[in-house]
Amino acid sequence: MNLAVNNTSLFLAAMLVLVALGISLWQKLGLDRDIVIGVVRAVVQLFIVGYLLKYIFRVNNLWLTLAMMGFIIFNAAWNAKKRGPGIDHALAISLLAIFVSTGVTLGVLVLSGAIKFVPSQMIPISGMIASNSMVAIGLAYRSLNSQFHDQRQGVLERLALGAGLLDASIAIVREAIRTGMSPTIDSAKTVGLVSLPGMMSGLIFAGVDPVRAIKYQIMVTFMLLSATSLGSIIACYLAYRNFYNEQKQLK
Amino acid sequence: MNSLISLEKVNYQIADQHILHDVDWQIPAGAHITLTGPSGGGKSTLLRIIAAMISKTSGTLIFDGQPIESYDPIMYRRQVSYCFQQPTLFGETVADNLAFPYQIRKQVMDTQRVVTALNNVGLSERTLHQPIIELSGGERQRVALIRNILFLPKVLLLDEVTAGLDENNKQIVHAWLRQLNEQDHVTTIMITHDATEIAAADQLAKVVAGRLEVHA
Ligand SMILES: Nc1ncnc2c1ncn2[C@@H]1O[C@H](COP(=O)(O)OP(=O)(O)OP(=O)(O)O)[C@@H](O)[C@H]1O
Ligand SMILES: [Mg+2]
Repeated sequence: MNLAVNNTSLFLAAMLVLVALGISLWQKLGLDRDIVIGVVRAVVQLFIVGYLLKYIFRVNNLWLTLAMMGFIIFNAAWNAKKRGPGIDHALAISLLAIFVSTGVTLGVLVLSGAIKFVPSQMIPISGMIASNSMVAIGLAYRSLNSQFHDQRQGVLERLALGAGLLDASIAIVREAIRTGMSPTIDSAKTVGLVSLPGMMSGLIFAGVDPVRAIKYQIMVTFMLLSATSLGSIIACYLAYRNFYNEQKQLK
Repeated sequence: MNSLISLEKVNYQIADQHILHDVDWQIPAGAHITLTGPSGGGKSTLLRIIAAMISKTSGTLIFDGQPIESYDPIMYRRQVSYCFQQPTLFGETVADNLAFPYQIRKQVMDTQRVVTALNNVGLSERTLHQPIIELSGGERQRVALIRNILFLPKVLLLDEVTAGLDENNKQIVHAWLRQLNEQDHVTTIMITHDATEIAAADQLAKVVAGRLEVHA
């Protein structure tokens, strides 16, 4: 492998930060503080993660690996929750949706032999699945919130006609699931044409034959479709009831 | 008196705003009642409470001998059907709207019945497949009204449903509503400011500043 990044080259590449800082100062964007904080955080977090992963990979302990995956899933759920303000139990719903979508997807990958149950494969792949599921769920929450607001009158009329809560919400729920899944579907359509995605770029960078690298990318495409569809459907079906009260009235 | 619906000391408050005050009201089965009163008085709020679309803050509401709380709200709303002031249609076409009452009861749309209902309010069969955005305000209002009666409710709560209609269509709809009341025994309460409609009622009720006055 001819990966040449070392501390000296990193230090020199830090000049690139000065470009951003310079632009911020020159154009009076007021972003200099955020840039410095952002850069320091990125460096510190990544160093910690680097050493932590190194340790976890070396000890190769089942429980430690599962704990790390649990930590990833919890963080993803926490972030998804923040995109659904006003939805009660959003944390619990997100946790379940991300846990199931990640679990099922990983299960299929491991059972099919696409990846091995070793920390160096399980942890990064869990992270990719959970973060995509998180983004999908966040989009779905936002869509639920805005649709229940914009289509309030339509929902009220369905209720007045004696519709059950699912019948009154189904058009909204479907649209929210669609919203959650659509970025993954869109990117599946353009993958390789517009961008070379991270997984594949990383492998090519590390010297892997592109024809092998794309096979991993194909696997990633499949797994993200499964993760985002499962995540969105579980989250939406559990969350829509929140928009109604005990008397089955729209809140 | 044998009341189908009876309200006792019904109050409705939002935060510190008192919208309805101690409403007492007896609604006999089969009655045809009009409800009037100044704008902002609380007419729509009162009908929405009776329709279980919102819940009273205090007091009792008895429907068919039992407190409203003892019913499943979904099943209750199929019996006590509220038609909105300025309704909106949903979906793409008129058919989407008229199929909805069948859909929620897991039935297929009875096209014959739907067409008859359209004709009854002065609309043609052609309307069924029209996109909702092409309809006039008065046409929308009538389509919305039909959604409420494809399965006859016991009580029909009509919130100024004839307000957007021209004189001719107003008469058609009003005659049809009278027929629902007289022949099908649907108890109707309609909010209206129309003198002819008021004159045709069995009971005239008025809501002024959240208080109900009833004139038999
Ligand atoms: N959800 C709500 N939040 C705050 N105020 C409300 C709400 N619903 C109704 N009100 C207030 O309650 C009062 C009664 O409203 P309502 O719609 O029942 O009047 P109305 O008699 O039907 O008037 P109109 O003839 O104009 O339709 C109004 O002052 C209205 O602003
Ligand atoms: Mg009103």
